[in-house]
Amino acid sequence: MAYASRRVPADPHRAIEAVFRIEQAKLIAALTRLTRDVGRAEELAQDALVAALEQWPAAGVPENPGAWLMTAAKNRAFDSLRKNTLVERKHEDLARDERAREGIAPDLEQQLDDDVGDDLLRLVLISCHPVLSTEAQVALTLRLLGGLTVPEISRAFLTPETTIQQRIVRAKKTLADARVAFEVPRGEDLRARLTAVLRVIYLVFNEGYSATAGDDWLRPALCEDALRLGRMLAELTPREPEVLGLVALMELQASRARARVGPDGAPVLLFDQDRSRWDGLLIARGLAALERAQRLTDAPGPYQLQAGIAACHARARTPAETDWAAIVGLYSELARLNPSPVIELNRAVALSMLMGPQAGLTIVDALKNEPALEGYHLLPSVRADLLIKLGRLAEARDELTRAASLTQNAREKQLLIARRDGLG
Amino acid sequence: MRFMVLVKANKDSENGVMPDAKIMTDMGKYNEQLIKAGVLVAADGLRPSSHGKRVRFDGSNRTVIDGPFAETKELIAGYWVWQCKSLEEAVEWLKRAPFGGGVEIELRPIAEMADFADAPEFVKKQYQDAGKS
Repeated sequence: MAYASRRVPADPHRAIEAVFRIEQAKLIAALTRLTRDVGRAEELAQDALVAALEQWPAAGVPENPGAWLMTAAKNRAFDSLRKNTLVERKHEDLARDERAREGIAPDLEQQLDDDVGDDLLRLVLISCHPVLSTEAQVALTLRLLGGLTVPEISRAFLTPETTIQQRIVRAKKTLADARVAFEVPRGEDLRARLTAVLRVIYLVFNEGYSATAGDDWLRPALCEDALRLGRMLAELTPREPEVLGLVALMELQASRARARVGPDGAPVLLFDQDRSRWDGLLIARGLAALERAQRLTDAPGPYQLQAGIAACHARARTPAETDWAAIVGLYSELARLNPSPVIELNRAVALSMLMGPQAGLTIVDALKNEPALEGYHLLPSVRADLLIKLGRLAEARDELTRAASLTQNAREKQLLIARRDGLG
Repeated sequence: MRFMVLVKANKDSENGVMPDAKIMTDMGKYNEQLIKAGVLVAADGLRPSSHGKRVRFDGSNRTVIDGPFAETKELIAGYWVWQCKSLEEAVEWLKRAPFGGGVEIELRPIAEMADFADAPEFVKKQYQDAGKS
């Protein structure tokens, strides 16, 4: 496949950076296998980018840019290994270099294609390694696998660039100090490690879907990053029902994104949403992923159960058509797996839809002194809903005031105050 | 950002002739790359325009026109929907598609709500109403 002469882009640097964004996860993954050091691998990948930025604008983009970048990075890696052989080294390092050298087959490209899947999965697992804090896992995953730059991550999480940069540097050092193995565990061990990965991806998604701080209710770019990571992971581990469950959950939630925000940027709640604005394409993708997960297991995990709940909403063309009995059942199952007051609160809402507001209020009142829900704005907000339905408006007003004082999101605060004032 | 990639018709696609095995294999591999990267959201091929109809609007009159339609190069034969980080990334993916022989493929960003942020109210309303159909 030869490229035509009109390949000179308007802004060569942006085009080269786009190539790099596509290739970098694969690049870093393969280089990590070679160097056994994520930090070094990322440096080598960056060096290759610098070389491309120097050479491509004049020489043109090579026909297979991925292979070009990989060769450039590997040559660099071997240069430094050669230099190292001149100085005294430990046996351990020597042996590792020998293994690394054996790794460079003449047929570089073929070898890359074969190992790419395993390498990527190893890189995912390392980025979410249990020796790292959750914050570090998130930053490293977005940086190495999502291909986000430090400024992009810092904007997404409203955190200063220096903080994010330090987080990534420290994470790489922690991994190096802990001599974390570059491996793919099997069976239950893999499941346990994947749990951490899924948590990180869902955390990123939620940060985009209901921004916990700042002026926007929704940061779509972050949702898209999480969805892409999820879809990637589902391709790497196609037989893991919880991975598919999470992908289904994110696709279904993302399908409502357009309807969740009013023209003025204010949030629109589930029952007030114009369901014709839900994204049918994402709903179909979500339901398909959920079905695949259901075919793989009879014992659904937490993500699959939550996807099941999201699917009940997605299938209902009007709020009145919602299958509340199914939703209550799914919440009960979820509460059995993961007993948590937040799930109990959600179950209370579902039960109130099935059996009436008093049934829900009984559960909510039992949660009032739950320490885990202290300061959680949804507790007074849900309680207010139920009180309104029961005609207890004065109490509802107090609960809405409390909810508004607890949320950190400016848009949500406005919504809660507007509802309170609307009660008259 | 989402993009629609529009593949135009040619004589073969209009005549319902399947591409040869090599092209099908290459296209399969290409699609697999798109899926693995989390880029591919949807893809479909369209039947030849001989299976299609057009409706012409003229005042209150509606005239139904049967396919096939003449202007082969302007007809759509298939499409992809992609999710990419930027227009540049989408262009890079498109460059990797296994087409040849003077084919031109069109890449168009799908309009998002944010595109209408500065538009007058009535335009926003129209956009929202269009979403309801």
